[in-house]
Amino acid sequence: MAIFEFLSFDDPGTQIVTIGTVILGAVASIIGCFTFLQKRALIGDAISHSVLPGICLAFILSGTKNPYYMLIGAFISGWLSVILSDWITRTSKIKADTSIAIVLSFFFAIGMMMLSIIQHSGNVNQAGLHHFLFGKAAAIIKEDVVMFLYVAAIALVIIIVYFRAFKLYIFDIEFAKSIGLPVKWLDFLLTTLAVLAIALGIRAVGVVMMSALLIGPAAAASFWTGNLKKMLLISAIVGSLAGFFGAMISYMRPQMPTGPWIIIVLSVIAFTSIVMGTEKGVLHKWRKRQAFKNKVLRENILKIFYHLGENQEDFLQPRTLQELIERRAYNKNEILKGLNQLKSKHWVDQTESNHWALTKQGNIESAKLIRLHRLWEVYLSEHLNIAADHVHDDAEAIEHILTPKLQARLESVLKGRTTDPHDKAIPNLNKMDK
Amino acid sequence: MNGFWIILVGSLVACSCALLGAFLILRRMAMVGDAIAHAVLPGIVIAFLISGSRASLPVLIGAAITGMLTTVLIELLNKKGGLQEDASIGISFTFLFAIGVILISAFTGHVDLDQDCVLNGQIDYLPLDIGSIVFLGQSIPRSVWTILPTFLIILGFVGIGFKGLRLTTFDNEFAAAIGVNVALLHYLLMGAVSLTTVVSFEAVGAILVVAFLVIPPSAAYLVTHKLKPMLVLSCVIGILSAVGGYYLAVFLDSSTAACMAVVSGLIFFSIFVFGKIKSVFN
Repeated sequence: MAIFEFLSFDDPGTQIVTIGTVILGAVASIIGCFTFLQKRALIGDAISHSVLPGICLAFILSGTKNPYYMLIGAFISGWLSVILSDWITRTSKIKADTSIAIVLSFFFAIGMMMLSIIQHSGNVNQAGLHHFLFGKAAAIIKEDVVMFLYVAAIALVIIIVYFRAFKLYIFDIEFAKSIGLPVKWLDFLLTTLAVLAIALGIRAVGVVMMSALLIGPAAAASFWTGNLKKMLLISAIVGSLAGFFGAMISYMRPQMPTGPWIIIVLSVIAFTSIVMGTEKGVLHKWRKRQAFKNKVLRENILKIFYHLGENQEDFLQPRTLQELIERRAYNKNEILKGLNQLKSKHWVDQTESNHWALTKQGNIESAKLIRLHRLWEVYLSEHLNIAADHVHDDAEAIEHILTPKLQARLESVLKGRTTDPHDKAIPNLNKMDK
Repeated sequence: MNGFWIILVGSLVACSCALLGAFLILRRMAMVGDAIAHAVLPGIVIAFLISGSRASLPVLIGAAITGMLTTVLIELLNKKGGLQEDASIGISFTFLFAIGVILISAFTGHVDLDQDCVLNGQIDYLPLDIGSIVFLGQSIPRSVWTILPTFLIILGFVGIGFKGLRLTTFDNEFAAAIGVNVALLHYLLMGAVSLTTVVSFEAVGAILVVAFLVIPPSAAYLVTHKLKPMLVLSCVIGILSAVGGYYLAVFLDSSTAACMAVVSGLIFFSIFVFGKIKSVFN
């Protein structure tokens, strides 16, 4: 099996390719986090398409595919594209996204024009130049990896030295300006890093899809953590995984361009993270919403028991499902779901098949809720001068989210109150038997 | 005669793209156009694998569907997934484009498409087009038969929908308030962009379509504020790019599609720089 041959790393060429793509994936992903957080994903796309003419020109001028000349060429034309698109946006009515699209397609067209001229010229060295379009990891040689290491080291040193400044600049540019950080210099550094990362990454990913190697890992990481350091770490791992996979594909299917495979792996990781991520993933948010809904349901059922008990002056008497449903617009299944949740907390007992009663603890919990609700009503009507018949809905919403701290404040401000604005008694927890 | 057909196809592509591109840039959707132009690729390949022929109706429909899917995917990642908009665009279209490139590589030999054709189009080989049709004693390349109707459809769409498009472009909320079907127009426009990119794709490749969509209308926008003159001027600049690009390509012995896009860029920057110089002297 080709996959085991690859994983055994017997072939020194394979080792080099793998080391190269892993470094490149990790570096691009780390730098990509900054690009992502600056919301400059699309300028990354412009840069990656725009390095093509630089590479072609470096080849035309030098006649070789020396990685350093290529890097310099790519770097210059990449930077030029940023300057041009900024210039267009700043000095004309053309908007940023349009100027990015203009520069991207113009530079790419120049690149394709040059590439076509080179291909028609019959220069023997040009073979393989088209790998810069869709990437070919297998074409990476030892010389390239040495260059990757140099660039990676420079990039990491810059990031470590400027870490705090970058962080401030990205998350609060106004504050960064006010404390005298050199924002223009920081912006220059970050753009330079992005151009460097792209100039490196095109060896494996190609100019067409390189922007995704910058953005994909960062986007994935942002769904797992809100902490910048952790985000850098996660995206570096994701990026190196994608790079590793690219090397593997390149070994197993030499005819295949590696770029698209790396991008597919990244996209799948990114989509998975968007759904599963523990920081702001879709499932996580959905679970949180469900948990809150359930809490509101439970609390509302406790209140139904309290209100029924208040009318008949017997809080612990068992109630039928029908009685409970009549008080509030819940259907049978919802009420049953809530009751079962309360039962497992031992706040409610099922006395007969259709009868449910508060336990002592449940009674205390329900009294707590009612107390909070009524205290809030008092607060609204007395301190904020809201009419008594308008306070109920607001209290209904706030009672589920009031923090213990706010509750304590409320208690101390309204000390000694015994009735709410509707003249109903505010339950006194101290008088309840535990 | 070969030069004539190449320039004709180039001009028709440029005009179709320019008419739609003008609305895209005014709606700040230039990058969405870019995304669609990339993302139609898997649709083209899959439809091609199923139907077995290029530029047939299934291919057009398949690609138009993937084009629309891109906008849906972007919306989904952005609104439901909570991913910021630029990253949603960046991830969606590279993902779809990657699928397309992989499919092409995997089925090389079965598919009459290769990586070069994805990026450069086949306008250079137009005269060799096997499907040429003889009409009035002239052999007319097949591409003309797909691009001419597309251009007429786009012209008709922009002509009939002009009022609605103008209204939704400049004041979407007002348009919605007076009962214009804003969503329908949006998706029709996206569908038209998909259709145009698919048809143009064959001639000029995936990425250079973006140049035709964005650059001529932007150049026109620098010159005029009014929508109608802007549309006309975009088309004129597009045609000039096609003509100039053809001769540049002959002169440099290079890819015609790339040269056409380069010329359009040169026209844009000439107008841009001329405007700067003019403002210095005023």
